[in-house]
Amino acid sequence: MPIALIRHALFAPKRPRRHLPAPTELKRSYDVVIVGGGGHGLAAAYYLARYHGIRRVAVLEKGYLASGNTARNTAVVRANYVTPGSVRFYAESVKLFENLSAELDFNILFSQRGQLTLAHTDAAMRGFRLRAEVNRRCGVESVMIGSGEIAKLVPTLNLVPAERYPVLGGLWHPPGGIVRHDAVAWGYARRAAERGVEIHQRTEVTAVHVDNGRVVAVQTNRGRVACGAVVQAVAGSSSLVAALAGLRLPIVTYPLQAMVTQPLKPFVDPLVSSPQFHVYISQTPRGDVVIGGGSDPYPLYGTRATLDLKESLIQHTIELFPCLAGAKLLRQWAGIADMTPDYSPIMGKTEVAGYYLDAGWGTWGFKATPICGKAMAELVATNETPGLIGAFGVDRFRTFRLVNEMGATAASH
Amino acid sequence: MKLIPCPLNGLRNVNEFAYGGDVLEMPATSASDDAWIDYIFTRENKAGLVREWWFHIPTSYWFILERDTVTDTVIRSYPADQVFSRRIDFPPRRES
Ligand SMILES: Cc1cc2nc3c(=O)[nH]c(=O)nc-3n(C[C@H](O)[C@H](O)[C@H](O)COP(=O)(O)OP(=O)(O)OC[C@H]3O[C@@H](n4cnc5c(N)ncnc54)[C@H](O)[C@@H]3O)c2cc1C
Repeated sequence: MPIALIRHALFAPKRPRRHLPAPTELKRSYDVVIVGGGGHGLAAAYYLARYHGIRRVAVLEKGYLASGNTARNTAVVRANYVTPGSVRFYAESVKLFENLSAELDFNILFSQRGQLTLAHTDAAMRGFRLRAEVNRRCGVESVMIGSGEIAKLVPTLNLVPAERYPVLGGLWHPPGGIVRHDAVAWGYARRAAERGVEIHQRTEVTAVHVDNGRVVAVQTNRGRVACGAVVQAVAGSSSLVAALAGLRLPIVTYPLQAMVTQPLKPFVDPLVSSPQFHVYISQTPRGDVVIGGGSDPYPLYGTRATLDLKESLIQHTIELFPCLAGAKLLRQWAGIADMTPDYSPIMGKTEVAGYYLDAGWGTWGFKATPICGKAMAELVATNETPGLIGAFGVDRFRTFRLVNEMGATAASH
Repeated sequence: MKLIPCPLNGLRNVNEFAYGGDVLEMPATSASDDAWIDYIFTRENKAGLVREWWFHIPTSYWFILERDTVTDTVIRSYPADQVFSRRIDFPPRRES
């Protein structure tokens, strides 16, 4: 055994350094209260403190830090959407991710191996050509590739032409990748806390006090907290918390399940997704194969597993990668996803002055964590909606200006 | 919720059914745009008891199901005519 290790065992300080400051009393008032201590809420807190000098900020989390969808997602980051507004928005997020380890001095392990979305039908090929073109015009790298190139990128993929749904081609998006999702939350939390943001776990918001059309306080299980502004970032609970402020949303909450295999030797480099089969996979740096798919067939506030969904994921994964037939599943889990009718998020002001929404992230919001946090912080600090998120206000449903991303979202994340 | 009691076919496996959304009262055709927008997009998204349209796929049968969205359990189901007993007549379409 190396001497250094023995010395460390004997003489290293016994107490590990605290990642976050010890919990404090909840103050009677803050400038900004952020409801929800997931990646989105923590990122907003960080950008408020770091770039806008707003430090009297409390993040209130009913469970423990990042115990919601931030901890449950499959960590796919990409920008190959179809409407120009979305493409530009998510591309900005990819850029922030590229620099996030340095920004936070915290390794988020962004691994940009590229994302490949498979087309099994002519309709999918046409849809992908449109996406490739829109992406190119927005400065995002996405190209159509044929099965020859696919075979080179993913030699283990089943490209047998006689399959029921043979692979006809694919949308290849080199900037796509995966991230160590927990680290994103921890990194933002740590750097926000260093700048004075208070993070209160096991603190549930149970009521929102609105006076004369303006939010003035929130009620929690630890008492009332007055505030100048509220950012709501509670993912699957969006409708329930918004209702506390008297807001009704175009959101329905569905479970989203995922699972992971035992670690295997590296056998696939890019992220591979098949909207036709409602399945996508990636192999983590540790070797596990993360398998995700579409949301459950009916709404629910629960994270139970269903055999139907797991069977479908497994069947289609093996159809794409026959070599995985013998792999063992290690874990499965679910989160609750806040789905909007157009598969785009809701960000911005509401009818209640000072009450800002960061919701409707459904099955695809992890990849937006940095840019959403940054934009929400700017919105709160200036009370002006940043241009980048202008199209995503909740009022779009009143004016029928929907941002339809269904085709570019469903089961490809 | 692994089995759903279908008023027509009895207890059947949940994967024989499709979810069809909340049972909502449709606004009058003369209602305001806001009322219609609400009807189309806004949802209670309740945690708890809900009343919904469900569809038994093999028999093309629509019915109403009450269930709990927190415990994932069925409360009861019944034919739609228990709620919708009146025929809805739409005014003839205006040519434009
Ligand atoms: C299985 C799965 C796979 C996914 N895969 C991807 C993917 O590959 N790529 C991608 O981009 N996105 C993906 N997503 C979506 C993504 O995870 C979410 O959109 C994103 O993490 C939302 O972040 P958040 O911080 O808003 O929410 P969360 O991390 O869920 O945080 C919200 C927090 O609010 C808290 N809260 C709720 N109510 C209250 C209250 N009343 N008071 C106080 N706190 C409250 C909750 O406890 C929770 O911690 C996936 C989701 C799931 C479930």
